[in-house]
Amino acid sequence: MRGIIDLSVTQVILSYIFVVIVLFILKKRGIKREKEMLISSFRMTFQLILTGYVLVYIFKNPNPFITVALIIIMECFAIYTVFQKFKGKLTNKLKQVIAIAMVIGTISCLTYFLMIVIRIYPWYDPQYFIPIAGMMIGNSMTGISLAVKSLLEGMTLQKNVVEEAMILGASPKMATKGIINKTFDAAIMPTINSMLGMGIIFLPGMMTGQILSGTSPATAVNYQIAIMLGILGAVSLTVILLLQFGYRSFFNEEDQLIQ
Amino acid sequence: MFQFKEVKYKEILDLPDLYINFGITVLLGASGSGKSTILKMLNKMISPTQGTILYQGKNLKDLSSVEHRRNVTMLSQNPTMFEGNIRDNLTIGLEFQGKEIPDESELAEILKQVQLKKELSESVLNLSGGEKQRLALGRLLLLDPQVYLLDEPSSALDDNTEEIIIQMITEHVKKRDKSVIMVTHSKNIAEKYADEILQIGHGRVLNRR
Repeated sequence: MRGIIDLSVTQVILSYIFVVIVLFILKKRGIKREKEMLISSFRMTFQLILTGYVLVYIFKNPNPFITVALIIIMECFAIYTVFQKFKGKLTNKLKQVIAIAMVIGTISCLTYFLMIVIRIYPWYDPQYFIPIAGMMIGNSMTGISLAVKSLLEGMTLQKNVVEEAMILGASPKMATKGIINKTFDAAIMPTINSMLGMGIIFLPGMMTGQILSGTSPATAVNYQIAIMLGILGAVSLTVILLLQFGYRSFFNEEDQLIQ
Repeated sequence: MFQFKEVKYKEILDLPDLYINFGITVLLGASGSGKSTILKMLNKMISPTQGTILYQGKNLKDLSSVEHRRNVTMLSQNPTMFEGNIRDNLTIGLEFQGKEIPDESELAEILKQVQLKKELSESVLNLSGGEKQRLALGRLLLLDPQVYLLDEPSSALDDNTEEIIIQMITEHVKKRDKSVIMVTHSKNIAEKYADEILQIGHGRVLNRR
């Protein structure tokens, strides 16, 4: 197996030609998105360079405190991103449920995955811990965002159905069952679809990265299968926890819909 | 049966002292007088902002809301239909309450009782407002609670059907020793069927007969 061809700064700059081409087309067609395109390209470059330096340092100096601190930062950032996305629409109770679901859902799957499946040593080995945590937390964040969107929509658009069910003697759990099931589907569908297309329609990023860096495709495939199942577990668990406790945030202690 | 003590609900209701007895009680009054709000408080869909309501001597606050709604069940003015056909909509309340689902003939009999000439397998999407109201009444009859709360149960019906439906309900509950608390605009219905009439206006009881 050949090792990876190292990319020099000049080579990276050469790939900026794609941005130039896109900018040219945008200008020519009068689509006013040049600013966004430039900002996002530069921001991506800057963020990744910064991350690169941080990771180089962390990999050279593995330390349990730094690994744990990074995971906490990732979790906080993911939770904050969800809160920002639904600014003004979330009650404090639902915010609490989102944060708890996110932390328990991802950390429990991550722990199982790293300790039982991959069996890393030492337990805080940042080379494994950080990228895998990133994938699980990132995908769970997307799942929980879709779930919150669908839950809020369901509880607004189908409020009369929930109310009618309660009038007929349904508990809040029974009354929201339809909404909860639809929300779970909406949240988990992207993960399921990406599993269905994997290997045929596209090669997943992690596997591509490993193959490029010289790992044998067989190992890369094994990693990809394991991580994909890990992601499925983390996303599902996070969303289930959100739904299990989140629906209650729409009701008060007397099982009445909060107006 | 129900007793209100210093009950207030926002700026809508002010009921310092109100009894609602067993039997058939009609709440009469103009739109916006607070009649529907009273019904919603009686089955704990909402709670008073002040004061207490007792049901058979027990504070509503201390009763499980879900259990209470199974004993004191409401027919809303514009009942919502659930996904599915007429049969699904008739039996959904029984499913919620974990009760046995009767056979086809019994369900068809209920449709007849509420004057709904439809097949059980028909979709609910094409039903008119009046038909939905009667279907919802059918599912309430199947649940057969201790107290029927009816919010303008005949608002979408013609005079003739209204008369038949109200007569059917009152006979049904009297036979089974149940109670009805009904909101209506119709003085005629009130005079004819009520054991007691409460005239409601501006969130208060104006008159009691």
